[in-house]
Amino acid sequence: MNIRSVADLGPGESAIISGFMDDALSLKLLEMGCLPGQPIKFNFAAPLGDPICVSVSGYDLSLRLDEAITISIQ
Amino acid sequence: MAKGDMRKVALVGNPNSGKSSLFNHLTGLNQKIGNFPGVTVDKKTGFTSLPNGEKIEIIDLPGTYSIYPNSKDERIVFDILANKSHNLHPDAVVVIVDASNFKRNLLLFTQIHDLDIPVILALNMMDIVEKTGLSIDAAKLSEELGVPVLPMKARTGKGLDLLKETLTAIPATPRKPIFNAQNHASEAIEAVKNSFDITNDYVAYQLLQQHKINQFITEEDRQTLNKIEENHGFAKDELRRKETLERYASINEFINGSVKENFTVLPKRVTDTLDRIFTHKIWGYAIFLSILFLIFQSIFAWATVPMDFIDLIFSELSVFVSNALPDGLLTNLLAEGIIPGIGGIVIFIPQIAILFAFISILEETGYMSRVVFLMDKIMRKVGLNGKSVVPLISGVACAIPAIMATRTIENWKERLITIFVTPFMSCSARLPVYTILIALIIPNKYVLGIFNLQGLALMGLYLLGFLMAIISAGIMKLILKTKERSFLVMELPTYKAPRWANVGLTMVEKSKTFVFEAGKIILAISIILWVLASYGPGDHQENARSYVLQQTEQRLSEEELDNKVQSYKLEHSYAGIFGKTIEPVIRPLGYDWKIGIALITSFAAREVFVSTMATIYSIGDTDEEATIKSRLRSEVNPETGKARYDLPTGMSLLVFYVFAMQCMSTLAVVYRETKGWKWPMLQLISMTGIAYLSALLVYNLLS
Repeated sequence: MNIRSVADLGPGESAIISGFMDDALSLKLLEMGCLPGQPIKFNFAAPLGDPICVSVSGYDLSLRLDEAITISIQ
Repeated sequence: MAKGDMRKVALVGNPNSGKSSLFNHLTGLNQKIGNFPGVTVDKKTGFTSLPNGEKIEIIDLPGTYSIYPNSKDERIVFDILANKSHNLHPDAVVVIVDASNFKRNLLLFTQIHDLDIPVILALNMMDIVEKTGLSIDAAKLSEELGVPVLPMKARTGKGLDLLKETLTAIPATPRKPIFNAQNHASEAIEAVKNSFDITNDYVAYQLLQQHKINQFITEEDRQTLNKIEENHGFAKDELRRKETLERYASINEFINGSVKENFTVLPKRVTDTLDRIFTHKIWGYAIFLSILFLIFQSIFAWATVPMDFIDLIFSELSVFVSNALPDGLLTNLLAEGIIPGIGGIVIFIPQIAILFAFISILEETGYMSRVVFLMDKIMRKVGLNGKSVVPLISGVACAIPAIMATRTIENWKERLITIFVTPFMSCSARLPVYTILIALIIPNKYVLGIFNLQGLALMGLYLLGFLMAIISAGIMKLILKTKERSFLVMELPTYKAPRWANVGLTMVEKSKTFVFEAGKIILAISIILWVLASYGPGDHQENARSYVLQQTEQRLSEEELDNKVQSYKLEHSYAGIFGKTIEPVIRPLGYDWKIGIALITSFAAREVFVSTMATIYSIGDTDEEATIKSRLRSEVNPETGKARYDLPTGMSLLVFYVFAMQCMSTLAVVYRETKGWKWPMLQLISMTGIAYLSALLVYNLLS
């Protein structure tokens, strides 16, 4: 089974957050407005490909790829 | 005094919510920074007058997304708000939220709400809200939440009058908790309430959540809380997750009636366009480098005028004092010890003010978080974090505020490495040492028509420091082990025009911090040095003249004799004895005992090098750079008969000053930030070791 994560999105693509694959990180992500059922958009990546910028809950957030990979999407 | 009776109001909010603007508007220049009692977190407080004439104290708490802390700074928020016996526990809290980013900002509000402190909700940035097609019915929201809700524009100060009026009498109505902790862990909460003097459910619940990191809990209480946690199977993380989701659900309900979202009309944001430029593969880095270049140019070009002016004032003052006051010990101490000492601190204010003006503008506009974003991957390779860029840049002015700026780095290992390597960045205190030595050993010539050799040498020294910082970070990354994860979940705020009042206040604040943190030590050292150089064992000081006359056969002019007497006095002073004692150690580097004295005093603060040289070569003569330079130039090495400050010695000294940890204030700050002597001592030993070996290498290669 292959679960898709935010890291699988390309620049400009959107998806709906379905859950988290890292318990410790999810606490912080929830507080920052990454909620299951919310749309999340991959805005752009930093010049070296990592970190990336996503839009969620109406604002922009920077994430490293190994953080983005813990946010699963539908 | 009445100070204890004064009502206290705390400001709480997310980073970028406009909290500092509100604080600055409320307090203006009527603010001060200190430390929260018992912890080394910056405490900003100020005073404001209410319409009824009452004066209240405003406490600015660190910006945070939630009551659960992620960094050291954020811990203080819960510590103060929940602990009624804390002497800074506020009588009321103003929660300021960025209304254009409503949901996430409201999370913190709902947590503070449940602590049962009188609270006001300030909806900031209503101007942006209107533009984005969001409409918020403040009156209705206030009715639903049961607290005053005030729309405002903190940037312009709009809504401030209403806030002040509301602060005169804040309704302390009993409220139903938004998140009912009783539903989830009632037994554990009751147990905490029975063991401690607590009535509020959420405070009890939070004690269970945070007791391991809370710094105000005694060891005994911690044991009790540990036991309760175990006995009742209090599942911390699981409960925290449920709590957050429940709070968001409640926020959605509040929003339903009073907020109308209409994101379809969201205008194409300027931020997107700017981000395309600032985070571009090539332009992104090019712009960042140009900004760095601009900052350096400004620090060195614009600061010289006020610095020369300050220098002039202090040397004039010194001359004035020694002429105006009667001859004597106190006059000498004042004119040769204290006034030059204070001058040596004050002279750096222009550079520090300019640097922090730039840093504050970059922060205010939102560009700084893009720098973190751009640099994170590169910095991670050597064990640092994108957020380490800010301290490293600040280190060019002064390591003290730079090390304090590492507090935003959540990961302990990354923060420690940043603290450890920041002193390698060439701070402004090294600049006078660099300039004077470069002028002595590097010819003032141009290569290829445009590059000034001396300028190139100066840049080389800065690069050398930066390279060493990166290399040592890489080494520490391999040595230090940690299980703690490194995060970069960080908000990228929208670009905004800087608020100049905030920039100005930052300049004032940082300069003040520098003067008081570094100033105390530099001043103390100047006085100690003066004493050591003016006194010595035996009767060598009093009878110097007759000793010199005994030694010399040939006739000397009055001036030559005076000079001989002065240098005889210095050689037999305590400072001279110290210098001679360490001479065997530093001889391999090409130094003599006079340089030895300067090295020892420089361990207090590097900038003392120049004033020490001035003292050593001309006690009683006030220093003017040109004269020190010419004195150094004419100094002869008695063994070789050549100039004392030739290329090998000069280069060796320069390299030593690039690497050595010669700043007591920095060591003191590292001690404070790492809570122990281990790291500052390691820093002192390793940096000095690197400095010694490199200087040895350079001297032997060149001679």
